[in-house]
Amino acid sequence: MKPSSLSHSVSEKIIETFIHLSAAVSIVGLVLIFIFIGKESLPVFTSPEIRREASLSKIFLPQSPEPGEEKVFRWQPVSVVPKYSLLPLVVGTLKATAVALLFAIPLALAAALFTSEFAPSWLREWVKPVIELLAGIPSVVMGFFALIVMATYVQELFGLDFRLNAISAGIALGLAVVPVVYTMAEDALSAVPQSYREGSIALGATPWQTAWRVVLPAAFPGIFAACILGLGRAIGETMIVLMASGNAAVSSWSPTDPFRSLSATIAAEMGEVVRGSTHYHVLFFIGVLLFLFTFFINYLGQLFVERLRQKLSGTDK
Amino acid sequence: MTPPPALQEMLRVEALSVKTKNATLLDRVSLNVREREILSIIGPAGSGKTTFLRCLNRLIDLEGGLSVSGKVLLGEQDVFDDAVDLAALRRRIGMVFALPTPLPLSIRDNLRLGLRFQKSSGPGTLEERIETCLRAASLWDEVKDRLGESAQKLSGGQQQRLCLARTLMVRPEILLLDEPCSGLDPISTAQIEEALQSLKDQMPVVLVTNNVKQASRTSDRTAFFLQGELVELDDTGRLFTAPRDPRTADYVSGRFG
Repeated sequence: MKPSSLSHSVSEKIIETFIHLSAAVSIVGLVLIFIFIGKESLPVFTSPEIRREASLSKIFLPQSPEPGEEKVFRWQPVSVVPKYSLLPLVVGTLKATAVALLFAIPLALAAALFTSEFAPSWLREWVKPVIELLAGIPSVVMGFFALIVMATYVQELFGLDFRLNAISAGIALGLAVVPVVYTMAEDALSAVPQSYREGSIALGATPWQTAWRVVLPAAFPGIFAACILGLGRAIGETMIVLMASGNAAVSSWSPTDPFRSLSATIAAEMGEVVRGSTHYHVLFFIGVLLFLFTFFINYLGQLFVERLRQKLSGTDK
Repeated sequence: MTPPPALQEMLRVEALSVKTKNATLLDRVSLNVREREILSIIGPAGSGKTTFLRCLNRLIDLEGGLSVSGKVLLGEQDVFDDAVDLAALRRRIGMVFALPTPLPLSIRDNLRLGLRFQKSSGPGTLEERIETCLRAASLWDEVKDRLGESAQKLSGGQQQRLCLARTLMVRPEILLLDEPCSGLDPISTAQIEEALQSLKDQMPVVLVTNNVKQASRTSDRTAFFLQGELVELDDTGRLFTAPRDPRTADYVSGRFG
């Protein structure tokens, strides 16, 4: 072996090791984070003292605030008798996510369809980076905008009782979701072979029929994946809901009521909680819940997309 | 060997030119497509065959930066008239591409696709129409029991015949084929050619092909394109045996191209 090729193969080895190492570090980091969160939430299942205040049944089933009173769901972790029902938070998160997706998905998909199918190329080169830039806006700025500016207009527009509610927080959340869904959906649409479009147009389809009946169905797996990603972003997003939701832990499905989300609860309360207290461990349990939520949604989404791809390409059965 | 004079001209192309900013893709091409004929267009790559074909159903519109002049008359209608209903035009002039383009749908849904783009689907039930078109494309026996399966599971030759059947579903008046057999094995090629022979009585066929032998064995007349120019158009027999232009002679005898 010549010296030059020897040094070449050595540098090759070094680079390879380095790449493997960086991949391993990120995976190990993720696993360690999950182990840490899991460990800190474990007392909710194991410690008898904590279970007296916050067992799984107390977390998920309705409880009487005083003996004999009607059973309700309440998140009041710092009252004299702490109450740890997570239901108001789960309802709040789902409500805001639903509003955000109802707002963001049609908008993002329409924009993606427009840029990939109808916009002239100079406009496409303009619109795509601008929408993607929206993803770079810090969520605290988005939250601030929702809190100070948008909430007032939304309240006046719909004549609502509460200034901060799930509609305005959901719309702000939606603005953060739009670029995520848009980018992936646009990529999926652009990846549809040009031959599909030509084949359809040669059969006498208008550009709109081609986009709606041919390109959109062909890109559907990718578009669905884009929506799942947007859903994950909406569930986990913290800053916007923390600022714009009103943070009232009420279990109401009405989008005109304020709410409090799982993620915002962790952000707001973790700083002041007594380390090792019931409240502290329950907050970590919320973290586990959020992790499992997004994990399962992504997993199911991927499973569905894989099925769909196989069905479309005819490789199933 | 002159064709009977009664043959009507279905499509008249007059001085058709296509230019980009600094190149001429088609240079004043004039030719007619007659009823009940297969007209082959041969020529080396880059001679403007595909460009010519894509002008006829205005698929050329999809490419930007081109200037088109001249006339393409379908009956009395100039297809480059601004008032033309493009969707209707493309239903009257059907097209099959070089590579099969089945969509990721079932065989039946692929066939229905063209009909779904228009309001009325014409006489006859859908199932009858599907059978007629699949038979015309000599595909019926192979797929009649699995119309619900994905079209992308078919072999390349079957996919191309499916695309032919899909085009026939909308009842075109003229059929354009752009190197339809370029990716196919000899048996599939023979099946397509056989289908074209039986179709030409219903609609004239314009067949762009890279394969000189295909032109000589299937077509009634052959046109030879070179660098955007129509060099020669004649009965296939005469063009291959006694070409008038030396460039045609060189090409068909395989001296270049």
